[in-house]
Amino acid sequence: MELLGYIIEQTINGLQLGAVYALIALGYTMVYGVLRLINFAHGDIFMLGAFIAYFLITKFGMPIYFVFIITMLSTGLAGYLIEKIAYKPLRHAPKISLLITAVGVSLFLEYFLSLNALFTPNYIGFPRPFEIESYNFAMFTVTNVQLLIFSITFISLFLVYLLVYRTKYGRAMRAVSYDQEVASLMGIGIDGIISFTFIVGASLAGLGGILYGIAYPQINVFMGIMPGIKSFIAAVLGGIGIVHGAVLGGFIIGLLEVFVSAFISSTFRDGLIFIILLLVLILKPSGIFGKRIEKV
Amino acid sequence: MRFFLESRKFLIISFAVYILLKILFANNFISAYIQQITLFAIIMTIAALGLNVIYGYTGQFSLGHAAFYGIGAYTSAYLAKIFGIEGVFSFLPVLLISGIVAGCIGYLIGIPILRLRDDFLAIATLGFGTLVRVFLDNSDRFAEMLGGSRGFVGISKITNLELTFFSALFIVLITKNLIYSRYGLFLRCIRDDELAATSAGINTSKTKLMAFSYGCMLAGVGGALYAHLYTFLHPSNFDILKSIDFLIIVIIGGMGSIRGTIYASILWVGLIEGLRIVLPVEMLDLRWVVIPVLLIALMMWKPYGLMAKK
Repeated sequence: MELLGYIIEQTINGLQLGAVYALIALGYTMVYGVLRLINFAHGDIFMLGAFIAYFLITKFGMPIYFVFIITMLSTGLAGYLIEKIAYKPLRHAPKISLLITAVGVSLFLEYFLSLNALFTPNYIGFPRPFEIESYNFAMFTVTNVQLLIFSITFISLFLVYLLVYRTKYGRAMRAVSYDQEVASLMGIGIDGIISFTFIVGASLAGLGGILYGIAYPQINVFMGIMPGIKSFIAAVLGGIGIVHGAVLGGFIIGLLEVFVSAFISSTFRDGLIFIILLLVLILKPSGIFGKRIEKV
Repeated sequence: MRFFLESRKFLIISFAVYILLKILFANNFISAYIQQITLFAIIMTIAALGLNVIYGYTGQFSLGHAAFYGIGAYTSAYLAKIFGIEGVFSFLPVLLISGIVAGCIGYLIGIPILRLRDDFLAIATLGFGTLVRVFLDNSDRFAEMLGGSRGFVGISKITNLELTFFSALFIVLITKNLIYSRYGLFLRCIRDDELAATSAGINTSKTKLMAFSYGCMLAGVGGALYAHLYTFLHPSNFDILKSIDFLIIVIIGGMGSIRGTIYASILWVGLIEGLRIVLPVEMLDLRWVVIPVLLIALMMWKPYGLMAKK
């Protein structure tokens, strides 16, 4: 019975990590959908979210709901600015230049924040916005942090789902991701939709950043790199460009990571995730929910 | 003979460059640090040339080039250590073997993943790169000597000007010959339109695989030279950022331009290390803030690279 309890606890931990990955993966998948760009800077927006929240809590001592609102607004703004300044001028350039630019933006954000005058490259402790309480059940315990993460993630995922599949904007977004030129012929303002996608994706990443900071209270300017790549893998796993695919992929990656650390070895967890990625790409390149792409 | 006649101009210029470098290197006319950077720039040229064959000529988008560079470096350092190799001539077979090992691993990993295209190939190679990184981080479990995440220390310093320069010269000549051969034509054909290349009777999967393994082999040779230049290897030197370094060199130099790759390698290494010299110590952190901005500006100004024909 003890093993069962342990497994349940690890599952909860995995879901906790997976929730953060799912939030980041959503932004990835949306941006990839409309722009066909692996936005390397997305992981850094996640990092930016954690740092803005840190700044707001320590410098202004804001209540936690304000922190959430302001952080999401500012990362959304950051996403908008990055798109306008760095990506938009390259809309018609070869894709590879766009990718290099994304890497450039990513490096800039990381190293700019790591300047000694700002946050320094060291690890910083994320302040606890509230006391941790654990609730004991028969075999396992859940903390209020975990409950907070689950509820916020599920609410935001549900809202995004409504946004993408039930509103006019969502329909326009899907149309743009299906075929940009035809969508523009149908009277959709492509630029507006792309900006909107970036804003939504970036605020979700910012939200992921705060939740990550609360759950794993050590933040660093380079912390966005690995979660960024893993979230992209999650998006690929679920079928890139598909909202529920990204969410499922995020949870799968999170669970796998925690289970590999718990039962095999923590040093091999990244390796195993990439082996799974390679297998998925080889066996079903379009992902779990993906439709068959013509001759991949 | 015809081959040498055709590359006459190139050979003459390279020997002139060699003599110039030799004069500069002799009597420590330039500091040991700058000598090291010069050799490093040449090594980067070799590895970046490999990526240029893969990406620039064949159009196979690889984000895991540093993994093969790392495989070459670790293989060479390991072999040189267990055989106790110190001299340049006894090192040549090790150099060759390191290249071949990297090339073979490239071949094996290429069989499944080269079926993928564009971004999916990029992600798969990125995944492979991270896998190698994880393996290197845990390498001390397989052989204590490799050092794992502590790094591989105590590698003999073998790489010198002659070895680096003539390896690079040889590789440039071979690559040039390859590119202007019938196979080179196949490669460019695949890059421009894979479907058309297939219908023209080119065995695209085999050709892509050959180009990929050749490029990985060059990365391996570059890595081997790197290992014996800096005498210290760390897994973090072979992660995604390094792969992006190579990619940046290929893009700046222009896809499918050997000359561009050579200039871009020198420019890139010169820029990164040059800023280290120019900027005062307290401003040193600014280096990686300035470089991305320059990169973004360059991409906006010339999205096809500095030396591209388009």
